[in-house]
Amino acid sequence: MKRSPAAIALRWSGRVLVAAILLFVLLPGIVVAVTAFNDRALLAFPPQAWSLRWFWRAFSYSDFGRGFWNGLTVTLWASSIALVVGAAFAIAIHRYTFVLKSLLEGILLSPLIIPHYTIGLGVLILASQTGAGRGFPLVILTHVLLVLPFVMRSTFISLENLDGRLELAASSLGATPGRVLLTVTIPLLLPGLLSGWLFAAILSFNEFTATLFVSSQATQTLPVAMYNYVREFADPTLAALSVIYIAVTALLLSFANAFLGLEKILNVDAH
Amino acid sequence: MTKRPFLGWFVSPAGLVALGLTAAMAAVFQFSMRAYIPGSLEVGGFTLQNFAALVRPLYALAFWNTILLCFETAAFTLILAYPLAYALVRTRSSAVRSFILIAAVTPLFLGEVVRTYSWMIVLGNNGFLNTLLVKLGLVARPVQMMFTSGGVIAALVHVTMPIMVIMLAAGLSHIDRNCEKAAESLGAGPVRVFLTITLPLSMPGIVAGFSTAFAWTFSAFATPQLIGGGRVSTVSTLIYQLGFSSFNFPFAASLSIVGLALSLAVIALLKQATRPLERLASAT
Repeated sequence: MKRSPAAIALRWSGRVLVAAILLFVLLPGIVVAVTAFNDRALLAFPPQAWSLRWFWRAFSYSDFGRGFWNGLTVTLWASSIALVVGAAFAIAIHRYTFVLKSLLEGILLSPLIIPHYTIGLGVLILASQTGAGRGFPLVILTHVLLVLPFVMRSTFISLENLDGRLELAASSLGATPGRVLLTVTIPLLLPGLLSGWLFAAILSFNEFTATLFVSSQATQTLPVAMYNYVREFADPTLAALSVIYIAVTALLLSFANAFLGLEKILNVDAH
Repeated sequence: MTKRPFLGWFVSPAGLVALGLTAAMAAVFQFSMRAYIPGSLEVGGFTLQNFAALVRPLYALAFWNTILLCFETAAFTLILAYPLAYALVRTRSSAVRSFILIAAVTPLFLGEVVRTYSWMIVLGNNGFLNTLLVKLGLVARPVQMMFTSGGVIAALVHVTMPIMVIMLAAGLSHIDRNCEKAAESLGAGPVRVFLTITLPLSMPGIVAGFSTAFAWTFSAFATPQLIGGGRVSTVSTLIYQLGFSSFNFPFAASLSIVGLALSLAVIALLKQATRPLERLASAT
């Protein structure tokens, strides 16, 4: 089929528009990457001389190191707890009817629309009223609340794609419900569970607002340490740290895309 | 199925978490009606004083500014995200699709601090944009972009783009292409097909994306705090300031409650107002 000049013009203007929007999306990342290698302490653009010293400073600044390990602790606990709790609940929601089902589901999905500072404030007030300290359990609880909807969503999508006949076949062959769950359902859900866990982990590791409210000097995570840094100093250390951040996240997502199919997880699959 | 194996095991942990969340929200609600004792973390008796104080111009203006900021951000985000979502769903090249997907989605996982910081370098007086503008001779002196609501909106649009792209793409990918093909075969040009078929059919995605963008912007804290630098005050920055500078947690709690009610009301209104559009989409 031959295209008219107007259709070709439309096609190309569409491409230029998309490229321009992609530039807007990528611009801050590019600017940060260039700034990170700036030798001077001033946040000026473009850099006059190049160096790696801000990367060294990012690695040697003790608050970042501590924040990283704190964040990792919180993330591993929070996303694992959320995975178990959220996946089990998603299965129950998908298959059974029970009392207070929709109420419970509504409550657990509500952190998607309740601002993070409100949740952080609530947990903080609750802790001070019950006399619980501002330790790791408090931060972990907050993160579980925030990432649970994402694990539930990812499990739901896997359940939709699960062929129920496989479970029926297993139980008709005499498998107990427990055996069906362990040898059929969970293995089939595994990609969805893994991607849900990965999403939860990335979101938890980067969560900032609620963590700012509930963490203390001893439990502050990396984003909180970064926020405190940017309020005190104006050198490119944070740019260097951001570059590492962007690289690791893009790598993890490419991995998720290649092995698990990001389109399926995000429900934007065209097929 | 009448049997429900493991029901208790599946539901009770989630029930505990829901209980925790409810208790936290109840704590905010309870605190919003307590008296503030200056210089103390203890709170006084029950009062409605906090809510009465919210009508003072400083706070009323912050609410109004926040809602305006959210609308502007959601609108700009929609305009920029739609072409990207369209290209993502419709491109035939899987390399292009993967690239758009990674480029559009990666920022979602970077967190507000990293993204806000990168915009500080872009918008600063010695930053990327100003250097570019001065070098090109478009302006004589750097334009003030930090600490302005325009700067805050630019960064917030960038922060909300990924979720908008995801929601629009989800809506677009569920459109039956045969509707478009039918229109084409009846002689409609590409622009007409888009305006009369694709756009109306993608309305559910647009509504979902717009309300999510609104809620996310309402919830944003690092961006207005760092880029606004105290000169753009929103509900979130006020709550933080009240809580951690003056330790007036009761007032911070009442601000949160009213903020939450307001954002829920706006989202419900949005859903109501766009219902005819959605009905149009499902009727087509």
